[in-house]
Amino acid sequence: MSKATERATQVFKEQIDAPTAAFFSSCVSCGMCADACLFYTETGDPKYTPINKLAPLRKVWFQEYTLTGKLLKLAGISKPLTDQDLTDWEELVYDSCTMCGRCSMVCPVGNDIAYMIRKMREGFAASGHAPESLVGATRRAVEIGSPMGVKLPALQAQIRHLEEDTGLSIPMDVKGVEYLCMLSSMEIMNFPEYIGAIAKIFKHAGVSWTLSSEAFEATNSGIQIGVSEIAAELVQRIVDAAEKLKVNTVISPECGHAYTALRWEGPNLVGKRFDFEVKHILEVLDELRAAGKIKTKDKMSERLTYHDPCQIARRGGVLEQPRKLIREFSDNFVEMPDAGAMNWCCGAGGGVSSNERADEIRIKVFQRKKDQIDAVNPDALVSACSNCRIHIEDGLEEYHMELPVLSLTETLAEHLDDSVET
Amino acid sequence: MTATEWLLWARGPAFEIATVILVMGIIVRLIEILMLGRKENLAAPKGSATTGGLRTIVSRSVPDSGTFQRSTFTIVAGYIFHIGLFVVIFLLAPHILVFSKLTGLSWPALPTTIVDAFAVITILALIAVLINRLNNKVKRYLSGPMDYIVWALTTLPLITGYMAFHRIGFSGPMLIALHIMSVELLMIAIPFTKLSHAFTLFLARFYNGAVTGIKGVQS
Amino acid sequence: MEPVKSPMDLNPAVKSTGAQGETVGEALRRQGISRRGFLKFCATTASLMALPPTMIPRIAEALENARRPSVIWLSFQECTGCTESLTRSHAPTIEGLIFDAISLDYHHTLQAAAGDAAEAAREEAMKENYGNYVLVVDGSIPLGNPGYSTIAGVSNEDMLKEAAAGAAAIIAVGSCSAFGGLPNADPNPTGAVSVQEIITDKPVVNVPGCPPIPVVITGVLAHFLTFGGLPELDQLGRPVAFYGQSIHDRCYRRPFYDKGLFAETFDDEGARKGWCLYKLGCKGPTTYNACAVTKWNDGTSFPIEAGHPCLGCSEPKFWDAGGFYEALSTPTTDIARTAVYAVAAGAAAGVAAGALNKANKKRALSEHQTTTLDDLSPGT
Repeated sequence: MSKATERATQVFKEQIDAPTAAFFSSCVSCGMCADACLFYTETGDPKYTPINKLAPLRKVWFQEYTLTGKLLKLAGISKPLTDQDLTDWEELVYDSCTMCGRCSMVCPVGNDIAYMIRKMREGFAASGHAPESLVGATRRAVEIGSPMGVKLPALQAQIRHLEEDTGLSIPMDVKGVEYLCMLSSMEIMNFPEYIGAIAKIFKHAGVSWTLSSEAFEATNSGIQIGVSEIAAELVQRIVDAAEKLKVNTVISPECGHAYTALRWEGPNLVGKRFDFEVKHILEVLDELRAAGKIKTKDKMSERLTYHDPCQIARRGGVLEQPRKLIREFSDNFVEMPDAGAMNWCCGAGGGVSSNERADEIRIKVFQRKKDQIDAVNPDALVSACSNCRIHIEDGLEEYHMELPVLSLTETLAEHLDDSVET
Repeated sequence: MTATEWLLWARGPAFEIATVILVMGIIVRLIEILMLGRKENLAAPKGSATTGGLRTIVSRSVPDSGTFQRSTFTIVAGYIFHIGLFVVIFLLAPHILVFSKLTGLSWPALPTTIVDAFAVITILALIAVLINRLNNKVKRYLSGPMDYIVWALTTLPLITGYMAFHRIGFSGPMLIALHIMSVELLMIAIPFTKLSHAFTLFLARFYNGAVTGIKGVQS
Repeated sequence: MEPVKSPMDLNPAVKSTGAQGETVGEALRRQGISRRGFLKFCATTASLMALPPTMIPRIAEALENARRPSVIWLSFQECTGCTESLTRSHAPTIEGLIFDAISLDYHHTLQAAAGDAAEAAREEAMKENYGNYVLVVDGSIPLGNPGYSTIAGVSNEDMLKEAAAGAAAIIAVGSCSAFGGLPNADPNPTGAVSVQEIITDKPVVNVPGCPPIPVVITGVLAHFLTFGGLPELDQLGRPVAFYGQSIHDRCYRRPFYDKGLFAETFDDEGARKGWCLYKLGCKGPTTYNACAVTKWNDGTSFPIEAGHPCLGCSEPKFWDAGGFYEALSTPTTDIARTAVYAVAAGAAAGVAAGALNKANKKRALSEHQTTTLDDLSPGT
């Protein structure tokens, strides 16, 4: 056994737990997860069947943690993991899975396949079988502080521009405030309007908030590539900043996996419960709305639809809030088929967008989203994840579709009633 | 051995062996799973893991409409043969007597004509399922020899049961012996094949529902 | 109801002395049997043997002209129930007639002669009719120790072998001679075996039952007389004509089985209403015999009709086939206890296997190496 397979096997053994064993024990090879996965439905290639993407992990579970498997391994009938397995499955576990978890909702025996993909990536990353561009992003995240290489001066420059443009002040490193806002590099580089929108809404709602110069990056490449130690290090930066600034709540930005990383994996990665709350920006906005602190001046008449980012909706539990918020500024809101917890992934989550090797298939499987959009024929599409937005814009361009893709937070900010201070 | 001796062997030692393997195998399997443990989730919950887990055990039996449309055959055929197996296994008077002897519990039986009809429908559904497995590219891709062996082991008791009821091919004692022995083969296979899902599915669904339950999502 | 005939009335050794050369027809007419009565017998026999009506004249003709064959009846380890069954046939039934149609030269329960005279009669009959007589056996043969059953100092095994050597046909009457019967029951102290376990070079017709139905015995004899050979036999050597269908399939209570209506006890509502006796251990589904069709005691009833489950007495090993009152589908052993033991053993084995897995995982965790950035791209 080579060093790489040895390492992968060893990490799989660490990762396999009772749920993993229960899931593998229950699979009946019914293939329903394939019908739930856009990488299968849009390519028709059975190798993209979600449960098949787990074959290496399943093999190790069988050989190491079942009586039957141990005997068959001993008898030489069940062959050990090979380098070829790792090479063959690298594409399946990274390029063609966004960990969207739709298959986990469909599996009739209840297998949480996304949960296991996350575990399997640990072994693949540790054994040097992660995609090169994802490794690069992770390196930048650790060494520079952002997967896109965004440094503090870049953020400061954007803040200066925004403050000039909007006349609003954007607080930095203010202690004792209610909220610490995290950002994704994509927002800083591609959608700085988001920061302006936050500033506007929070001023309107009269709540205190700040950014942190020491931890502004919310995304977590460690989660995507599957290295818990690196993920923990990135989370720890945020925890340190939150504790230093003594905020009550850390706000995860319009980003899917950042929410999963901080809200759900965060405490488990750093090994302790947080002293502060973690909320997605949509949760915060909806709380403010419910408290009567958000008043809009008008409602859009354009036909709007909402794309649920997987990690926020299905894997995050933020389902009702965006709908309530959209109704604050729209009176023509339509749901796409399968919207909500069963929404289809845009095709770029789980590190796929950072993985150049996956560009082709990422665009190919966008067909699924296109069909979903076509079914309701909206005038604009709202979402709450910068990664989804960029990819959807990409996809729309590829498929020659004209459709504005809006940020929920930004759109809400645009329709705020400036005349009232709540 | 005469047919009567085969029947006696099937009802006696063979049934003991099969029961011991099934019961021990499943318990070992379940304990193996449970003892692997899972880490305590330190994230502040939005909902109850336990409630979510228990809910999913039930709710996962009903697919959402989109999934139903995409996997119609798998779901419909799956429902038919699972319900069929349930009726045939648990609602035929001679079968209930076996469970009574094991548990002391008893319940009313269905008329044999109805059970017979269910058996035929179940066999047909299983044949359809096999044809689908051979023709559907995903299922064919996922299937190894074990998937087909398990199919045969599941279908055989239905066929031998049908033959025994209608006295096809062998003498009465031999037919019943064959039927019981085919069931024993199935019993023995359960802990070591994907058939164990009949037991581990509850754990799998619970864990799935627990993960989403904490996040405040119903799965 | 007519009185039961005394065994002596049936003793052809008394009635048919010196009538060795007589045909069956002659003997019947001498007995005052009408042509109509004779044809009725032939028709009954034909229908019992599932022969078409066109065969009736042939049976009649064959019987009419058949020489009364010599029959030697050997009784070994038996209870005389088979003979009792025969003698309980009602006069003037066809069963009685057939005894007038054969020459029963040796039957130590029914014959008048005793001691040396009886044995001499047997030896004489065997000698005179060597190669032509019919050998009927009831009772099993002890092989463990021949002393368990001897006749005139001759072991059953020896007597059987000697008698079988010159027999034209061998009929094993009753489950003891056919399958070993009750003497063969576990632990089989006498080493009892059936006729066909000893006589392997000749076909043996098994007429099992405990006891067998009288008309089945006479039917087999009639077949032998009519066709000069043995009837079609099933895998257990039983005439298909009588043992071709299960009790269950011909049972008048079968509709209750199909509707799921069962007597749960011998004195419940279901028992009174005549519902199916399956749950009370009825072996009808696995038992092949003509009881449900011919019935017993001149067609009066049969065990199930009398409210008792079929014991399966015409099947091999019925004596050791689990409790008579245990339903056929249920395990014969104390499966609940076995299951409890299996749960305990499974728990122990499971914890052991689980502990091994746990140790395996613990080892993996203790060998954990921090994944560094350099690990991610080993090539660079």
